[in-house]
Amino acid sequence: MNLIKFLDEFTTDNLVAKRSSRREMFGTFGSLGKKAVMSAIPFGLAAMPAKIFAQDSGNAAVDALQLALTLEYLENEFYNLAINCTVLPDGRPRIVYEQIAKHEAAHVDFLIAGLEGAGVEPVAKPEFDFTAGGMFDPFIENGTDKETAYAQLLALAQAFEDTGVRAYKGQATNLQGTPFLTAALQIHSVEARHASEIRRLRGLKGWITGNERGAGMPEATQAVYDGEENITQGGVDVTTLGDGSPFSIDASTEAYDETITGDTAVAIASLFIKS
Amino acid sequence: MKKQKITVIRPNGNSGNPRRQFLKMGGLAVAGAGLLIACSKDDMSQMPDVQPKPISGDGDDMTPENGIFDLGEGDLGVLNYAYALEQLEADFYTKVVNGFYSNISEEEKIVLTDLYNHEVNHREFFRAAITGAVEGNTDLVLPDLEFDYGDLDFGSRDQVLNIAKTLEDTGVTAYNGAGRLLMNPLYLVLAGKIVSVEARHASAIRSLINPGSADFAGDDVVSVDNALDGALDPSQVLAAVAGLGYVKTAFTANFLP
Repeated sequence: MNLIKFLDEFTTDNLVAKRSSRREMFGTFGSLGKKAVMSAIPFGLAAMPAKIFAQDSGNAAVDALQLALTLEYLENEFYNLAINCTVLPDGRPRIVYEQIAKHEAAHVDFLIAGLEGAGVEPVAKPEFDFTAGGMFDPFIENGTDKETAYAQLLALAQAFEDTGVRAYKGQATNLQGTPFLTAALQIHSVEARHASEIRRLRGLKGWITGNERGAGMPEATQAVYDGEENITQGGVDVTTLGDGSPFSIDASTEAYDETITGDTAVAIASLFIKS
Repeated sequence: MKKQKITVIRPNGNSGNPRRQFLKMGGLAVAGAGLLIACSKDDMSQMPDVQPKPISGDGDDMTPENGIFDLGEGDLGVLNYAYALEQLEADFYTKVVNGFYSNISEEEKIVLTDLYNHEVNHREFFRAAITGAVEGNTDLVLPDLEFDYGDLDFGSRDQVLNIAKTLEDTGVTAYNGAGRLLMNPLYLVLAGKIVSVEARHASAIRSLINPGSADFAGDDVVSVDNALDGALDPSQVLAAVAGLGYVKTAFTANFLP
């Protein structure tokens, strides 16, 4: 994943489909130096406190749960800020975000209780920065117009939910044989329900076609969707299993969500972590 | 394959005869010698009380001549179980798209067509995956099931969307509950790849039924305390599926919890 490109393009301007001038692009690029360096450093080695990203406990299941907790912290804070700002329109958007906010808060509590119950100290909540160093302004803290802020609020939610689904799935085998597997699966499918609704709220299908990030998503979010174009499941090319629309490339990719590694999930989340 | 009617009632019903709550099955069907050999006493003792029981309770039912397919044990049993659920979903949506209810919106047509595409793909994937896994011993592969939707009116938007909701929510609950039963990590990941798509479906269908609501991940299906989706054992799921009355081919799940 090209983090520089990710950082460079995941900007307010691009979110509303305006083209930045080359000069502006360079300006943005320059201001992102610290962020980009942090993101490029492997999980646990960056300037973040080691306890936040203790992905090296020697226990794959614990690492998986700590990663899950970190992602839930991020979602929890994001949705809390979203439902408490003026950007979110009343009606469906507010109802949807409030329901998701409720779930993410419960997931944080649940994972903390699970880790503590297992005698493990949960990672601390990081300090988040949803402006990603000033690139976004989803909660209008810096004077962005409401329309742009709302577009960012939706795009960020989609990226977080689709990332969450892939990240939990990617940790399933690390939890295999532990009492946490079923609970993690039960969270995983809730994240998928969220993802579907947020995507539909944005006018997209609830499922991912090929590696398409979807209309209105900046190219920078492509890392969230790379690999979703896979058509080989269990060694079988599922497009060859029959004729007609169920075996088209589109349907064959939509029908299966793909995993991402912990490292990829962390790299994406790190864009929004200050310390 | 002998076709038998499944006579069941809903598991939450107040039946005087709890045995009738489950798929009408002939007890321990012999699906393959290997499975029987591999079935330890421990497996049996761990089975919960809700295990499907033979209606006639006669040892004679435990003979291969009975012809009733058993899903099998371990990973094979779980794959056959998933295959059964995908067969039902695929068949249902095939009927839906072959005669959309009247005045269907363009959005609903797109969603239901996608669901048809995905579920047919899943069904054929399991057919291929299981056939590959049993190395040609097709006696171990769940046969094509027969379905009959009885009074279900495919011309009714309400009925179609509500059954779709039930099937998708059930699929989510089933895969979530079955994950822990899988030993092969590859199968676990595959189940994970499918269950999240089922959850996306469930969310979309719920959103179509009640637009602008929190139903996509409603408090009726996602627990309020911990925000967890459902997870049920195969016996519980199969009882619920049997309760719908749509599956007309009998099979047993005697080696799954």
